[in-house]
Amino acid sequence: MVAQRGSIVPFAGWRRARFLGESPLRQAIRSVGDRVVRLAEEVVGQDLDARIAGIKTHPNEVGHDPFGFDPETSRYALALAALLHRRYFRTQVYGIDRIPAGRVLIVANHSGQLPFDAVLIASALMLDATPPRFPRSMVETWTAELPFISTLYPKLGQVVGSPENARRLLRQEECLIVFPEGARGISKTFDQRYQLTDFGLGFVRLALETTTPIVPVAVIGGEEQYPSIADFKPLARLLRMPAFPVMPQVFFGMIAPLPTKYRLYFGEPFYFEGDPDDDDSAIEDKVWLVKSTIQSMVNRGLRERKGVFI
Amino acid sequence: MANPEPTNHRKPSARAPEPREERPSGRVPVARGVFGHGQPQPQTARPEPTMGKRPRPATEGAILVTGICGRLGKLLARELHRTERVVGVDRRPFFDRPKDIEHHQIDMRRKKMKDIFRTRNIAAVVHLGVLHDPRRSERERHSWNIVGFQKLLDYMSQYEVPKLVVLSGANVYGPQPNNPQFLTEEAPLLGAQHFGAMRDLVELDMLAQGFFWKHPGTETVVLRPCHIVGRVHNAASNYLRLERPIMVMGFDPMIQVVHEKDVVRAIGLALRPGVRGIYNIRGPGEMPLSHLLRKAGGRPRVVPSFVARAALDQLWKLRLSSFPSEELDHLRYVCMVDDSRARTELGYEPQYSIDRILRDVRRLRYQAA
Repeated sequence: MVAQRGSIVPFAGWRRARFLGESPLRQAIRSVGDRVVRLAEEVVGQDLDARIAGIKTHPNEVGHDPFGFDPETSRYALALAALLHRRYFRTQVYGIDRIPAGRVLIVANHSGQLPFDAVLIASALMLDATPPRFPRSMVETWTAELPFISTLYPKLGQVVGSPENARRLLRQEECLIVFPEGARGISKTFDQRYQLTDFGLGFVRLALETTTPIVPVAVIGGEEQYPSIADFKPLARLLRMPAFPVMPQVFFGMIAPLPTKYRLYFGEPFYFEGDPDDDDSAIEDKVWLVKSTIQSMVNRGLRERKGVFI
Repeated sequence: MANPEPTNHRKPSARAPEPREERPSGRVPVARGVFGHGQPQPQTARPEPTMGKRPRPATEGAILVTGICGRLGKLLARELHRTERVVGVDRRPFFDRPKDIEHHQIDMRRKKMKDIFRTRNIAAVVHLGVLHDPRRSERERHSWNIVGFQKLLDYMSQYEVPKLVVLSGANVYGPQPNNPQFLTEEAPLLGAQHFGAMRDLVELDMLAQGFFWKHPGTETVVLRPCHIVGRVHNAASNYLRLERPIMVMGFDPMIQVVHEKDVVRAIGLALRPGVRGIYNIRGPGEMPLSHLLRKAGGRPRVVPSFVARAALDQLWKLRLSSFPSEELDHLRYVCMVDDSRARTELGYEPQYSIDRILRDVRRLRYQAA
């Protein structure tokens, strides 16, 4: 603040700044965040603010998104995601123009202990799709119990995964990212890499109920970012986490994920028809169709790639 | 004694200069919407206020309002008494009572209540007399909220009263981490799961629902508004009035508030013939708690969850705080309602903007200071 310059009293300006509104912490976040956004724009060569401005949300009467999406926070997140997307993981995106306009469910395989696959799909939708699609993803319920995460996730457009929320968002013609494998998929050990686990049935019922197209996505490269050799179940239960992966690289001090090369393959959309309250067996057929499509896309992608890091 | 001019029953000193467009367009629909006068009559058709004697409406039945001496009850009485006969029941005295409202200062559980039903030809009951005070003992709350309400329902079925409006609240759903962002009327009532003192309020809601099915001859309406704020003294308003309200560190849920007068209007709409069922009532939009507090002029004090819980428990024990620590869940998890049913079936639309609501909340803070 201006007051700091003239005063000889230490921290006098700091107090005044508190009363004038913005806390120093918030100011620091803002200045660092702006710098990150500028850096990302230089590196990526895209106008991120224009991308954020280009998305359509459904604000309520007081101008807030009812699910808590905050463009200001998302700006910083998008800058970080863009750096990961373009530089760190050097993602290659195939077939993003297959995403239809309007409501859509993006169904992908889940991998890699930490959900970088969701981050990269989201940044592909924001940076590579024209016009930019603002993705919402459905997160585990227990994230709403975690301090800070429970504040951050809604601000980035993440929604607690309940069928009511999904229905409401699809009726608003939004784009949802769904990982039907859930926690089972993300915490796979290294020996099971690229083998899809059981899919839940809920996403197909949801698509039938709201007549939403399903776009299958194969994510390649996630399984090698954090190779996990075991799942330490008792500790997971103690910490109330879905899984506790044992990752050797963390013991060697490598906390960041390995810089594998990601490849995202977007498939042709499925347009299912039928009764959403059908028997499980009838729904399972449709789920199987989606799952086998993703598996074959994954297999093809694995065959085509030359190496994990190139 | 001359009757006061009908629109001028607020003290002029209490009225701060307000921008014109902010005020809701009409106090009109409520009062005249009741009991079948569907459309508000034009201003010219209204008879001039006379000395004491008012034209009675065609319907002879009276509206019984329990808990009439609360802030909401008084507002409702003021809206209704110009067109309807209003009978009020409360343990408290009704000080600035309009002359044409009949008030009985009795306990709702007393036998006298039955006499009112027998002699007064009650056409509708609005049940606002719910004990929310968490300081009261479990026994008293149960006896008042459940036993008293059961008696009221008995009299209603005995005297075949055609209408019942019960004011429940969105907190019967309870703030939970796995709540959907918007709760519909079908959502389970889990409010007492982590907060035992909510048990009787949930049970009261259930009793009203049971009455809905058992007595199809009575049109039962259960209203579940989100946090009612304004000049009322309830937990939500008191919290918003704090200079340094606490927030739980790392949590910033979306919050809905609704103005007390919007709730009164919803009750008025629920009194129309043909309306029955459960309706969620929502205010003019939801926003993060931190935004709401800053808009209300408070400077939030951010405290870790376990500290806040321990401190509130101690303060509660020492009677220095009126918030039980279980209510902290409202500052952590969402508990918001979807009011699409009220909009389509009831024709309800919130009229008070968020700025206006917060101004009313704040006004009381400065008066108290």
